[in-house]
Amino acid sequence: MSFSEQIVPSPTSAEQLPLWKQEGAEPFLRIENVTKNFGEFKAVDNISLDIYKKELFCLLGGSGSGKSTLLRMLAGFETPTSGRILIDGVDMAGIQPWERPVNMMFQSYALFPHLSVADNVAFGLKREGVAKAEIKKRVAEMLDMVQLGHLGKRKPHQLSGGQRQRVALARALIKRPKLLLLDEPLGALDKKLREETQFELINIQEELGVTFVVVTHDQEEAMTLATRIGVMNQGIIVQTDEPHDVYEYPNSKFVADFIGSVNMFEGKVIQDEPDSVQIDSKEAGTTLFVNHGISCSPDQVVNVAIRPEKIRISKKEPEKGVNCIQGIIEEIAYMGSLSVFRVRLASGKEVRVTQPNFTRSMGDRFTWNDAVFLHWDEDSSVVLTS
Amino acid sequence: MSMSLGSAVMDRMAAKLQKYNFVKKINWGRAVVAGIPTFWLGLFFFVPFLVVFKISLTEAAIAIPPYSELLEWDLEEAYISIKINLGNYLFLFEDDFYLDAYLSSVKIAVLSTFFTLLVAFPIAYAIAKSDGSTRVLLLALVILPFWTSFLLRVYAWMEFLKKNGIVNEFLLTIGVIDEPLIMLQTDFAVYIGIVYTYLPFMVLPLYSALEKMDGTLLEAAQDLGSKPTQSFFLVTLPLAMPGVIAGCVLVFIPAVGEFVIPALLGGADTLMIGRVLWDEFFLNRDWPMASAVAIVMLVVLVLPIMLIRNSQGKGEAV
Repeated sequence: MSFSEQIVPSPTSAEQLPLWKQEGAEPFLRIENVTKNFGEFKAVDNISLDIYKKELFCLLGGSGSGKSTLLRMLAGFETPTSGRILIDGVDMAGIQPWERPVNMMFQSYALFPHLSVADNVAFGLKREGVAKAEIKKRVAEMLDMVQLGHLGKRKPHQLSGGQRQRVALARALIKRPKLLLLDEPLGALDKKLREETQFELINIQEELGVTFVVVTHDQEEAMTLATRIGVMNQGIIVQTDEPHDVYEYPNSKFVADFIGSVNMFEGKVIQDEPDSVQIDSKEAGTTLFVNHGISCSPDQVVNVAIRPEKIRISKKEPEKGVNCIQGIIEEIAYMGSLSVFRVRLASGKEVRVTQPNFTRSMGDRFTWNDAVFLHWDEDSSVVLTS
Repeated sequence: MSMSLGSAVMDRMAAKLQKYNFVKKINWGRAVVAGIPTFWLGLFFFVPFLVVFKISLTEAAIAIPPYSELLEWDLEEAYISIKINLGNYLFLFEDDFYLDAYLSSVKIAVLSTFFTLLVAFPIAYAIAKSDGSTRVLLLALVILPFWTSFLLRVYAWMEFLKKNGIVNEFLLTIGVIDEPLIMLQTDFAVYIGIVYTYLPFMVLPLYSALEKMDGTLLEAAQDLGSKPTQSFFLVTLPLAMPGVIAGCVLVFIPAVGEFVIPALLGGADTLMIGRVLWDEFFLNRDWPMASAVAIVMLVVLVLPIMLIRNSQGKGEAV
């Protein structure tokens, strides 16, 4: 049992639980021990994953982590070397891309340059042999939904990046797929547009009730969009959890480091009790207290991870002396909404601290070479054993 | 709206100013670069064309050169006479022979262009889809035949296709046929010759069109429910169209006027305008008639090209 499950308060009734927490819930998409080799290279290494109906699941990972390969296997463009993929209970082995109840939104959008926006969107329906009047109606509806109703006659090259992205989404959704795969859906948009589109994407997903699997390398995107995130590294899913849990309770150094920024103190476990643990860290120069238990062997070397925004910084020594370390401010970055401090400890370790800028005045601000105390609560940090 | 109108007016003014500047200050670099090919075309295409056109309006005569003078003058007698003979052109339309030759040429050219397209498309596709070093090698192989004389290669085909040639020998040996097939001196041999000779002119523009195509478009088509063959006709072919048109023009034009291939590989009944032209010049020594044949052939070729160019221009403007 992982500690994250211990800490999340248990809900009162089963109805409140999302599908992935219910015992015995039927997964909509089941990935069973799927491996994909390209020659010697293991792109996807024995992944098993269940995704439930109406989920917006994000596969998050760096380049070469295998996330795109996994997505392409779901679409049918790659065949697993071993393992099974079941969509709505049907084994997808041997089922061609054009026969799958799955549509994909490509990273490059892959809009047909020779067809108008409306014809691009209608493409999938025409292949199904839907009646002309019906096609016209559904295309108009879909274009209205993505707010492109007035641009149906344009060619893709006459659209802006954001508009192309919507066309790609409309084209992928028009066949009402059971499962929509999105490859870096917002990757080509600029920051502002990306933030707007994120929420639009969530709205559309909730409105249509389609299951989304999104591949992205952008942790912020994953955090905003996802019901659950699967963090991938070197062909393996390292952690699958809700965004909050992935951030607050990373299960490994990799996840903690990949999502957000984190300070890590290496140390030796000196006391390990069911609900607390003490770690003697040379890097921190003190004993660190964490209020959750871990399963480890005595004297094991572990890492205590603490997010920069959970560290408090003060010039005076705090009253409660737990998890308190001293250092000197080496660098300050003022970023408007918050300030980032880099504090050097006596051990030479550098600690990153962020603080919201509560007031406008510069009066009591910290400055370079200030000697400061850094401290945090016992439940702010987590122990990482791997 | 008013903004764009305003900017349009500005653009026009800028263009006028530029014109004005150009009169004042000639851009010599541009003038030279544009001037050399223009001069070349004028000297070696347009002037000869006018000469041929002039000859086509004269009458054949037993003289050197073997045609009547278009323009005659005598300064002492103070007269200038222009004698235009339209008889050659009229005769072209009167005698079915010429019409048949034109039609047969166009037919052979159309069919062989189509066959060339069929052969070239898979080749171009394979090259466009191959990677790095293989692609360079394959492209080199396509161009390699140009390193040997065209005439030599046509003679090689005669060796292949003749009655006791390599193809017949092979088919006889493996027992597919009992007696040699007659392939040489037939239209079949002409088609083979044209398809073989002009293949690179079709492969290269097709390749450059297909190479630009984004492979994910085909995946998108499949993802939306179209089978590979459907995807080909709905996505690949429309996107390759500029290459198809360019390749077809490059093959069709020389094929219509082709002389060597029908002369060497074709039979006596292979009627092509290139041969008619040759015969008029060198057998009948009827230069005016031959010139008229050449001029009409040019018109037959130029009209469709201009139509294609026009339609392409419109397509890009949209």
